[in-house]
Amino acid sequence: MNNKTLFTVALLLVALLAISSSVFVVKETEKAVLLRFGEVVRTDYSPGLYFKVPLWHSLLKFDARVQTVDSSPVRMLNSENKFMMVDSYAKYRITDVRRFYVATRGDERNAVRLLSEQINDRLRNQFGVRDLHEVVSGERDELMEQITHNLDQKARTNLGVEIIDVRVKQIDLPPEVSESVFERMRAGRDREAKDHRAKGEEARERLQANADRQQVEIEAEAYREAQQLRGTGDAEAAAIYAAAYNKDPEFYSFYRSLTAYKESFKNKSDMMLVDPESEFFRYLKNPKGE
Amino acid sequence: MPWNEPGGKDKDPWNSGNRSNNGGPPGLDEALGKLLKKFNGLFGSGGSSSKNGPNKFPWVLVLVISAALYGWWGIYQVDANESAVVLRLGKYHDTAGAGLHWNPPLIDTVTKVNVTEVRTESTTGQMLTEDANIVEVVLTVQWHIDDAESFVLRVRDPVRSLEEATDSALRHVVGSLTFNSVISQNRTQVSAETEARLQEYLDLYQTGIRIDTVNLTDAKAPHAVQDAFDDVTKAREDEVRAQNRGQAYANDVIPKARGRAQRIIEEAEAYKYRVVESARGESVRFERLLAEYARAPEVTRERMYLDALQQVMSKSSKVLIDVEGGNNMIYLPLDKLGQQAGGMGGVGQKLSPQVEDEISQLLDQLRKNQSNNNRRSGSVR
Repeated sequence: MNNKTLFTVALLLVALLAISSSVFVVKETEKAVLLRFGEVVRTDYSPGLYFKVPLWHSLLKFDARVQTVDSSPVRMLNSENKFMMVDSYAKYRITDVRRFYVATRGDERNAVRLLSEQINDRLRNQFGVRDLHEVVSGERDELMEQITHNLDQKARTNLGVEIIDVRVKQIDLPPEVSESVFERMRAGRDREAKDHRAKGEEARERLQANADRQQVEIEAEAYREAQQLRGTGDAEAAAIYAAAYNKDPEFYSFYRSLTAYKESFKNKSDMMLVDPESEFFRYLKNPKGE
Repeated sequence: MPWNEPGGKDKDPWNSGNRSNNGGPPGLDEALGKLLKKFNGLFGSGGSSSKNGPNKFPWVLVLVISAALYGWWGIYQVDANESAVVLRLGKYHDTAGAGLHWNPPLIDTVTKVNVTEVRTESTTGQMLTEDANIVEVVLTVQWHIDDAESFVLRVRDPVRSLEEATDSALRHVVGSLTFNSVISQNRTQVSAETEARLQEYLDLYQTGIRIDTVNLTDAKAPHAVQDAFDDVTKAREDEVRAQNRGQAYANDVIPKARGRAQRIIEEAEAYKYRVVESARGESVRFERLLAEYARAPEVTRERMYLDALQQVMSKSSKVLIDVEGGNNMIYLPLDKLGQQAGGMGGVGQKLSPQVEDEISQLLDQLRKNQSNNNRRSGSVR
């Protein structure tokens, strides 16, 4: 009995082993290659459950998803003979798994290496005939599309791989070039700063000079107006005087002279040496005035 | 694994079967096969001997327990913020929403992803602009999983793809804009264009990622030239300051000038008024006097003359010299007299040089007069 149970269990085990090694699942994210002693037998698996003959067939699975070739930054020379470090990546997907298996002997790292070499080669060719400006800001989309398209054709036939996209991630300038860029930027800023300062000074000078001019103008106008006013006043006064004094010029002259005498000798310090013979002293010596 | 725990020896086939399948879940056929075998074994042993009753019993129990465990194992819960991608025998079957679900274990595989959580990805670095300057940019991307199926099944590493696409898109956009527009004028353009471009890339790669927002957190000049940029800012302020200084000067000078001008005009007005009014006054005074004078010219004239002379004489110092018959030489201590007069008048004690000058002129005049008088008197006698 014990033996029989043991036998049953052993039989079960062998049967299960046989079934499990002959049944396989191809997932949505996978592509499978069925080999018969190294020869590719079948590759057109859509996701699902499949059978194979154990030991007779062997199975290889590859990732069917979109994958990345992320090559490390590469030194490239542009048309100005300046070096730059170009970091790019590409997106690919295995389309023809048979070709892929044959080309890479089943090792995805081989595919990545091959692709990254080809990408860098193409980038180097394209960048070599362009200057920095064209590389950075020129028709980058077209350039990348061209590389993608070109590479895609090659990769489909050679590697069984579809190239979805090739992109430049980063372009780094080597230190000596970036230093010269910094120098240029600094010079540009310096120019801008000087421009601002000079414009400021210009505006200040302008405003001050204008203010000075206005000041002089205002005062000059005021002077003119003042002189006009004074002249008008003088003229009016002269007219008034003339009108009055013309009535008796002789008397005016007498009257005015007397006023002037009075005005001239006002102080005790005004010394007068007088001749007693004068009219004023007529009666000083002689009451009759003779 | 819970179904493994109560196992006796009869559990082993399960395990070994599972292992031989390259770690993947066993297929439906395989499981069915196992089940059939079990039943066969059960009946076979049952049919062979009725004495084996106590031996038969554990088989059934194990079967029931296994079935229960299998059922229990297939139950899973999907939270409100999750989606579950179900693969049945490797093929995409369904995307399950929130709730409690059951799937046959080993046949279905379930991958749950959070589809509502907004995640953040940020990139930073120096990059070239269209005018070949270098700018330092920090950019953050907020995203969530929009299409769980694509996110799980189509791309090997969607998050890394996002990072790479972000780097590429940002550099592309920055590379097509000038430095100034990146750091100040067109910041929104940078984030908007990066977002559009990035979404385009991600759709192309079938990542199932949806970009919510792209924020240009920081865009500034590289550290090495930061001082030059700061200086430009300062220079701008200097410009404004210089302008303000000029304006301040103008604001100070012009109103003052206007004030001064007004003063000059006012003074002239005052002068004019004074001159005219005094002319009027004086002429009226003259006319009044003239009217009286016309009535008695002789007397008035005489009176006026004497009045005036009286005033003159009374106010000034005088020396009366009767030159006739006197000496030719008269000593006049004019300086003393002047001093006396000054003292009396309360004016300065000393004569100014001007006054002395005048006095000496007067003395000269006097001497001439004297000699004339002498001659005259001589002729009279």
